[in-house]
Amino acid sequence: MRYLPKSPAEREAMLAEIGAASIDDLFAVIPAEDRLNRDLDVPRAQAESEIIDYFRAAGRKNATNYASFLGAGCYRHYRPVIIDSLVQRGEFLTSYTPYQAEITQGTLQAIFEFQTMIAELTGMDVANASMYDGSTGAAEAVMMAVRVTGRHKAVVAATVHPEYREVLATYTKHQGLPETLISYDRETGRIDLVALAEQVTEETAAVLVQSPNFFGVIEDIPAIAEIAHAKGALLIVSIAEAVSLGVVRPPAEADIVSLEAQSFGVALSYGGPFCGVLATKEQFVRQMPGRLVGQTVDGNGNRGFVLTLSTREQHIRRENATSNICTNQALVALMATIFLSVYGKEGIRELAEHNLAKASYAAQTLSSQPGAKLRFTGGPRFNEFVLQTEESPAVWSQRLLDAKIVGGIDLSRWYPEMQNCTLWCATEVISRANIDTAARVLTANPVEA
Amino acid sequence: MEAITKVRPHQTQNEALLFEKSSPGKRGYMLPPLDVPAVNAAALLGDAHRKASGELPELSEIEIIRHFTRLSTWNYAIDLGMYPLGSCTMKYNPRVNEWVARIEGLADAHPYRPVALAQGILEIIDNLQRCLIEITGMDAITLQPAAGAHGEFTGILLVRAWHESQGNARKKILIPDSAHGTNPATAAICGYTVENLKSNSEGGIDLEALARQVDEETAALMLTNPSTIGVFESRIAEIAEILHAKGALLYMDGANMNALVGKARPGDFGVDVMHLNLHKTFSTPHGGGGPGSGPVACKAFLEPFLPTPILTQDENGARCWNYDRPQSVGRVRAFYGNVGMFIRALAYILANGPEGLRQTTEDAVLNANYIRKKLEDVYELPYKTASMHEVVFSDKRQAARGVKTGEIAKRLIDYGFHPYTVSFPMIVQGALMIEPTESESLEELDLFIAAMRAIAREVEETPELVKTAPHSTRVSKLDEVQAARKPVLRWRPSKN
Repeated sequence: MRYLPKSPAEREAMLAEIGAASIDDLFAVIPAEDRLNRDLDVPRAQAESEIIDYFRAAGRKNATNYASFLGAGCYRHYRPVIIDSLVQRGEFLTSYTPYQAEITQGTLQAIFEFQTMIAELTGMDVANASMYDGSTGAAEAVMMAVRVTGRHKAVVAATVHPEYREVLATYTKHQGLPETLISYDRETGRIDLVALAEQVTEETAAVLVQSPNFFGVIEDIPAIAEIAHAKGALLIVSIAEAVSLGVVRPPAEADIVSLEAQSFGVALSYGGPFCGVLATKEQFVRQMPGRLVGQTVDGNGNRGFVLTLSTREQHIRRENATSNICTNQALVALMATIFLSVYGKEGIRELAEHNLAKASYAAQTLSSQPGAKLRFTGGPRFNEFVLQTEESPAVWSQRLLDAKIVGGIDLSRWYPEMQNCTLWCATEVISRANIDTAARVLTANPVEA
Repeated sequence: MEAITKVRPHQTQNEALLFEKSSPGKRGYMLPPLDVPAVNAAALLGDAHRKASGELPELSEIEIIRHFTRLSTWNYAIDLGMYPLGSCTMKYNPRVNEWVARIEGLADAHPYRPVALAQGILEIIDNLQRCLIEITGMDAITLQPAAGAHGEFTGILLVRAWHESQGNARKKILIPDSAHGTNPATAAICGYTVENLKSNSEGGIDLEALARQVDEETAALMLTNPSTIGVFESRIAEIAEILHAKGALLYMDGANMNALVGKARPGDFGVDVMHLNLHKTFSTPHGGGGPGSGPVACKAFLEPFLPTPILTQDENGARCWNYDRPQSVGRVRAFYGNVGMFIRALAYILANGPEGLRQTTEDAVLNANYIRKKLEDVYELPYKTASMHEVVFSDKRQAARGVKTGEIAKRLIDYGFHPYTVSFPMIVQGALMIEPTESESLEELDLFIAAMRAIAREVEETPELVKTAPHSTRVSKLDEVQAARKPVLRWRPSKN
């Protein structure tokens, strides 16, 4: 076996040193009836070339040459080459969680830089070292708000990603934490502020909204914050499309921001690994879950970094910890840090403006086709929009697929009232030609195909 | 002081924070020309327009490459040498895994693409599921959890849902005092109270105490097997019987599965539900603290409760997702889990095959026992029970000279090794928890043993040398008290 650095003679010599007659002696502690006395029924050992062939063939079974207008919590952005060059350095890739600070300063400094960038972009004071993803991050944020406020009710916008809401429901089910769902304004696609004001009470721990929301519409964060804060509830803003922060006003009025950083240079990879992260105000940091890197000095006064405030965490506090999270998404956070270093202060704005322009053009072009119209025109959008068609999406989406285009995703899957409505995303990687073709095929006479 | 032969100091570059190196106007990117009309962002977004940009650094590409390359050289890594962290399974991370995870068609697959365009990735997921079910001897699996602790959460939710279906969710989870901290934290977030189970004189489960403590309000026992002292619970079948007789379930923390693959299967010794750590047993990289992946495997009676969606096949044999699962505990993560890790884990299983997986386990156990044999005369072995894939010593003899496990660990750095796991499990006073994995050659093991023996001598002769270690790192011991008292968790622009 090519990964095992021992010769048969070395194994024998080691057994002799131990005083074991055979390797089976070392497994004698496992009762005979519990031992597996046959080969595992898994595929035979394969050469590296065979492994590559197998996965290449699998990759080809997934169509690769399609233009895609899919977004909905997972965004295709260009990934600078140096991201993979750097994260594949063994010193980053094959290092453990940096508990031994003296020999993990590289990881620690990079996480400190990540925390700083996320705080800068979200308008919060501090950010943690990462969460699993945006969905679990939002759920953890709600539980954090429960700890901060001592209250046990959550108010959630229906325009939060439906799968995020499902995860939240799983997390809160056994916490005695009822949730109230707030619907959206049928014209603007934004949370219904009147209903929100009615539902937020002195018992509300947190109001959870997403912005840009699941329909791509940017919420009125100052107005929502005012309603939440008037009753002493915390405002949690979930952000699924992180690139929006280049041009969209950060949710500075929020108490907790739960960001999915996948857009910052992380491959789609069929939905993971991604990179959640929580950011918050200074005064709440001790209730924040997840790892935190802090700056300190060594015995000679040199600046250095350590994992800190670990009395919040499970390895110290056990059942009283802020969360059970241990391993998070460190290498993915490193990808995001490199991505943000490449684009920088100016680049992230320029990139976001390109997204705005592409989506604006796509929305205009697609909705100007006969039988198609744009929904939720009353609120500002970033790179996603909802298109309503007279024809069923099931019909035209096949036409688009025949033209090697994956169109918008059918929203009636989650919102039964939104028949014939689809959510489209256009990032900087979609070309004008793709958009024009999609528009043409969308309303093309089906007989043609 | 002994001559240290494994390492010599070499220069590392100093490197400031990215923000301190930034200079306005420098760029590391160029966007292609916009092929659609430019828009006026301020006009389009109105009040939602961002006025002030975040203070991100402005750097050129070469500076970014140097920055992160310099930082990387400050890290220790498996690629540099033995990383004997107990319970962490720091094994070799094969590079072909990284290569195949980046194949076009896999890395760029959107999770909502029509399943007809995702058959390749669904086939990979299906194959990995089948392999893991076979390896664990269980009946069903979900790959959705993103890490081990997330898997524990999912597993205990299954336990709870099953009990609820039987009419009573029950109140408590039993957890041995040797368990990982994630176990009690998990039980708590699933709405259970934690009842501590004291280990017996051999560090294992005390069956009589267990029988006394299990009652009709016990939902499950969370058991790590082999335990955190690296010992197989040889009376595991009886443990399962005691639990099952009272309607309680046996949850296995699979953190130590590297001791069992191909040699014994939890499903064959009474485990009802368990999680795996793909980033431990199945070689996906730790990456400085993730991403991980924590699949949960279970017996058939728990299958209806698995998170949605689950992978299935339609009438034409095409793979697809089934969302119609009325008894499911719900979703634990958006989309389908850390799919990129699934690809890597399957590549690892394919590279090994049945013989390789078994040999891997045997080598892991052989390495741990070799270290035990070569160090047990200088370090106290608190439990004489046979070791599996890791060995746990105590610092009893060294502590008598005023030197603690944490200090010995730091001194190990000077000898060119990453420390073992310090002060865990808590049932061992001053634990030194050593897990070599199968990836260490005899040469590397002998160097490690020599280093540990040399440090033991230093404790006798020059204890201050050990207590003030490490002496060879870029930074000396860092002030953790100051870090926690006045937390500085981000860089801020200086006000001038």
